[in-house]
Amino acid sequence: MLIDQISVFVENKAGRLAAVMEILNKNGIDIRAMTVADTADFGILRIIVNDTEKAIAALQADGCTAAVTKVIAFTIPDVSGALYNVIGKINDCGINIEYLYSVMGKTAGRADIVIRTNDTEKAVKVLTDNGVELICGKDLCR
Amino acid sequence: MNYWNKDIECAPRSEIEALQSYRLANTVRRVYENVAPYRKKMDEAGVRPEDIKSVADLGKLPFTTKQDLRNNYPYGMFAVPTGDVVRIHASSGTTGKQTVVGYTAKDIDIWAECAARALVNIGGTKDDFVHVSYGYGLFTGGLGMHYGAEKLGATAIPASAGNSMRQLEMFRDFGSTIVCMTPSYAISLIEMMEEKGFKKEDFKLKAGLFGAEPWTEEMRRQIEEGLGIKAYDIYGLSEIMGPSVSCECVCQSGMHICEDHFIAEVIDPDTLEVLPAGSQGELVFTCITKEALPLIRYRTRDIATLVYDKCDCGRTLVRMLKPQGRTDDMLIIRGVNVFPSQIESALLSVDEKATNYLLVVDRVNNLDTLEIQLETRPDMFGDNVKTLESYTKKVKAAIDSAIGVGINVKLLEPKTLARSMGKAVRVQDNRAIKNKFEKK
Repeated sequence: MLIDQISVFVENKAGRLAAVMEILNKNGIDIRAMTVADTADFGILRIIVNDTEKAIAALQADGCTAAVTKVIAFTIPDVSGALYNVIGKINDCGINIEYLYSVMGKTAGRADIVIRTNDTEKAVKVLTDNGVELICGKDLCR
Repeated sequence: MNYWNKDIECAPRSEIEALQSYRLANTVRRVYENVAPYRKKMDEAGVRPEDIKSVADLGKLPFTTKQDLRNNYPYGMFAVPTGDVVRIHASSGTTGKQTVVGYTAKDIDIWAECAARALVNIGGTKDDFVHVSYGYGLFTGGLGMHYGAEKLGATAIPASAGNSMRQLEMFRDFGSTIVCMTPSYAISLIEMMEEKGFKKEDFKLKAGLFGAEPWTEEMRRQIEEGLGIKAYDIYGLSEIMGPSVSCECVCQSGMHICEDHFIAEVIDPDTLEVLPAGSQGELVFTCITKEALPLIRYRTRDIATLVYDKCDCGRTLVRMLKPQGRTDDMLIIRGVNVFPSQIESALLSVDEKATNYLLVVDRVNNLDTLEIQLETRPDMFGDNVKTLESYTKKVKAAIDSAIGVGINVKLLEPKTLARSMGKAVRVQDNRAIKNKFEKK
């Protein structure tokens, strides 16, 4: 139900993102989804990959600061108001969304959304109770 | 050429040394009788007061360090009953305990004499308006120069530090002719002049005494150009007295030490051997007229050179060249003494695992900057920015309050700081004047 997301600390300077990508590439890791949160000094790269264990081992072996977090992914129809409907439900239950990003869906007419909240268990329940379709890692972007 | 006290300032060396010898012998006897820590030190070194007859015997005496003052905090090194002490000052540093110093009425008078000499050195007269923008308070800068101005019979303007707009207005309205302040404050006032529409022609300033922190010849040129004055270097430390232990004259070629009150030596900081005249090494001062706190062979940690040639100004008092750094790891950041050990203990109080760090000191637009670079570790890392930002905030707050100077905290990727095989390099000072002693 939940998806493993890898977070990597990267300094905010030229070449750092490329260095991380190179490690993933060398190990044949396929990136399914990614986003970067940035500050003036550093960024946090968040990725969902096809082989989390292998990716994290490769990153850590190369000296990166990386961690695995459980996130929720769900799919919604690609129509206006669809995201608002879901977020509204989560909000009504007093759950805070810490961050959210959308993933290029491979199914026409659908959008995939990844969220991290302050209460994962409750968020999952709200989503399923409201008939929102959750997606597993292997199905993300497939 | 004007002198405040020509008999001393231009005396032949033999006379200066004779006076020093007489005063040294007296001081050592007094200190041995009245200061228990000194009696203990001298007994351990096997030196009796009667062994010290002249300046040539100085080398027999043990050294004094800042640690001695801390160990005897606050008044344990005083040589007079506290009833005879009329004033207290304390060091600007914040290494745990402050260093407390005391003065009798006679000490204050001699200090004023030295400060008056400094003002006359640079062309000051009783007709000058001496604008003192050093802080007034426990710091010796403000009151030290204030009393010197009054002793000279000039008009003291006790502006103290801060409120830059008001400082510029006072320059203009009060007709300040001589300023005393830190060089970095002078630069920031010059920047403000442009911003607020002041021109140097609005002022009657002619000269300034700048000290309490390291500065470069480049800064001297900037201050001279920006304020339309001659800028002079002044040196002092509270343990010995305060500003005007030595001061430049109009020749701008080294600071004349008030040798009738302080004997200067230069030593090798490793072997502790006294070095011949003209060598660069650690400055050591012995107070020979101080009553309250007559420190013997006090190690300043400042690296400088003594020049005994007669100066073009006619003074024979030995000159010390601008200090070229320090023998300990003390950093002077915007005039505040900072020891890397303070920063480390503040850091470890927040995060005991944060052992890989580097302090980077720089000077941007003539203001010192201090940054601590820390490597991230998996255990301090969640997946969000908030966690890291609250971590850096906590580290910053702890260090700021420990050292009294703002620090920037920067997180790095792991293994980005250089690892050294021996002693870790913790400080990288990119300023023009380094705080490290580099041996020739």
